[in-house]
Amino acid sequence: MSFVSQFKAQAGEKTRDLRHRQFIRTALRGYETARDKRKGAFQSWESARQAAAETKWEAINHLDEHLVALTRQLEARGTKVHWASTGAQAREIIAQILRDKQARCIIKSKAMTSEEIHLNDALEKEGFTVVESDLGEFIVQLRHETPYHIVFPSMHLTRGEIRELFQRELGDAPSDTPEDLTMVARRVMRQKYITADVGFTGANFAIAETGMISITENEGNSRLTAALPKTMVTLIGIEKVLPRFADLALFLPMLATAGAGQPMTCYNTMYSGPRQPGEADGPEEWHVVLLDNRRTELLADTEQRDALHCIRCGACLNVCPIFRNVGGHTYGTTYSGPVGAVITPHLRGLQEWKHLSNASSLCGVCTEACPVKIDLHHHLLQNRRNASASQPAFLEKLAYKIFGIVANEPAFWSLAKKLGWLTQPLHDAVKGSALDPARAWTKTRDLPPMPRETFKDWWRKRMKAE
Amino acid sequence: MTVTLFIPCFVDALYPRAGISMVEILERLGHTVICPEAIACCGQPPFNSGYWDEARTIARPVLESLKAAEAVVIGSGSCGAMVKKFYPELFANTDHAELAKQVSARTWEFSDFLVNKLGATDLGATFPHKVTFHDGCHGLRELGIQKQPRALLASVRGLELVEMGEVSCCGFGGTFAAKFPMISTAMGEVKCAAAAETNAEYIVSSDSSCLMHIQGLLSRQGKPTKTISLAEVLNHK
Repeated sequence: MSFVSQFKAQAGEKTRDLRHRQFIRTALRGYETARDKRKGAFQSWESARQAAAETKWEAINHLDEHLVALTRQLEARGTKVHWASTGAQAREIIAQILRDKQARCIIKSKAMTSEEIHLNDALEKEGFTVVESDLGEFIVQLRHETPYHIVFPSMHLTRGEIRELFQRELGDAPSDTPEDLTMVARRVMRQKYITADVGFTGANFAIAETGMISITENEGNSRLTAALPKTMVTLIGIEKVLPRFADLALFLPMLATAGAGQPMTCYNTMYSGPRQPGEADGPEEWHVVLLDNRRTELLADTEQRDALHCIRCGACLNVCPIFRNVGGHTYGTTYSGPVGAVITPHLRGLQEWKHLSNASSLCGVCTEACPVKIDLHHHLLQNRRNASASQPAFLEKLAYKIFGIVANEPAFWSLAKKLGWLTQPLHDAVKGSALDPARAWTKTRDLPPMPRETFKDWWRKRMKAE
Repeated sequence: MTVTLFIPCFVDALYPRAGISMVEILERLGHTVICPEAIACCGQPPFNSGYWDEARTIARPVLESLKAAEAVVIGSGSCGAMVKKFYPELFANTDHAELAKQVSARTWEFSDFLVNKLGATDLGATFPHKVTFHDGCHGLRELGIQKQPRALLASVRGLELVEMGEVSCCGFGGTFAAKFPMISTAMGEVKCAAAAETNAEYIVSSDSSCLMHIQGLLSRQGKPTKTISLAEVLNHK
């Protein structure tokens, strides 16, 4: 099945699922309330957005310099930096590190970049054991599912469903309270932390000035992932660079506010290298893998380059009426929601993924919510334009050509309206049935009755009378 | 002032009462209204679908016929956004680039024109009903129109405005409604539910296209809530 048919089939299923609709709507309305409260803590949220957008603009437009500076700083403190042009290269680099270390078990903290390159699958195929340590990721891993949402991977599940899952997969879940469920996961994970040979993390920001990786989390699992195993591997998209350490003063509270309606995420850690002489803890070796995977192609697109501003906060998903109704899995992509609809055509092919840009009412609520001011919904329009220009749909193009001829000639336009009015009784006979040419509309919605006298009829009559 | 009134295609064909109300209101305020015969559509359907050449074919004569207009008033936030915001983009680097910018600067959405250009909020209307207002997304986010219709409704005698708990899209989105009917319908149902929570008798909007979608769902589901354009409310005695 093509990606578009898959999307339509799953969208059909999810939009009919009223329990899903209510559940997600309630959860995300709660998020909106918390976010709005936290926005009030900024002197001016709008100025903060502007400042963040400008900082990211600077970072992305001088990406070459920032990446070199970052690498120099990282290497100066003994970190091994790897450059991966593609997902396959990144997977191979990481697998080779594990082979060199004769590793068997890898503990991971949350990283969407690893979802993007399908790292777990590749490592498991090579016989490595991979354990997700973020609670939400741990849950979806147990379900053999991809994350539902880039920030809240298991937000689609009720506590009851998680309890059943734990009972089935782990044989333990005394109740469905968050505390009990967390304790079950913790008991399993603590064992894994101790036995894991390699800790794997993603990153939220990379600071060019100081050569630091900044990781934001609420559970402390990322810290343990980085602290206990002897070897640490960090995979990071090249767009995550910020020029200066001081930029975090804006970006950390902004990410927390836009992403989860929190003033600050619970744990914010800056990593600047492996264990240094005289230090008591930290990994002996640290590998940082910088991932391109077609980000530079997006960088070359001057119109949509700002999509690389994305800090993966999920704010656009949370407010998007499409996301709320079809849910995260329907997209069939690593990055879902508006930002996924914008960047997936760049990362994975325009013609195969243009349907995500078409599946939007262009309401613009995403652009309004984006903390780094990505012009999201206008990029959807540009994707549509680019897709139609390079591979037009014959019938659709023809329809617009005919529509143009009719709209540009008042006599044709009047005739078309008259025909509409005359054929209305015929349409009523087939309305909503398989014979109805307007079935896409009439299956769930009524059409307005066509008036005998249109506005222009009225206007002409009036002009004549005068 | 001579006002060139741009009546969108679906208002012309389906909701003439909304257009007639706009003419009557503007004339009552002492302005001369003209409606160019040559204009049927702004070209938004092909534009939003990515067919920009076809959109320009429709938009070019629109621009030409608005060339000399003192003020262009459009009876829809969506078509208003098309002319005001997207024409300059559509015609960038073409012979019509300059004209698109000029027309954009002289173009107003109906409620914005009344409030911010004419300074008129009390139009002497009476509408003794409880209503809620639906912000069309293009008017709201492309043109920043939010206060204007509310200022106008506040002066309508007998009218009680109850806001919905959430500002959300009605799910219409032009061809989106036909290309992804399941998503569009779900969004519309969410909208109707938010409107129902207000217990309003009428859903009022500046955008007849949104109302067509909302009313289409309400009628099909046998819901009693009615829809009416802002212009008709403002013209109601």
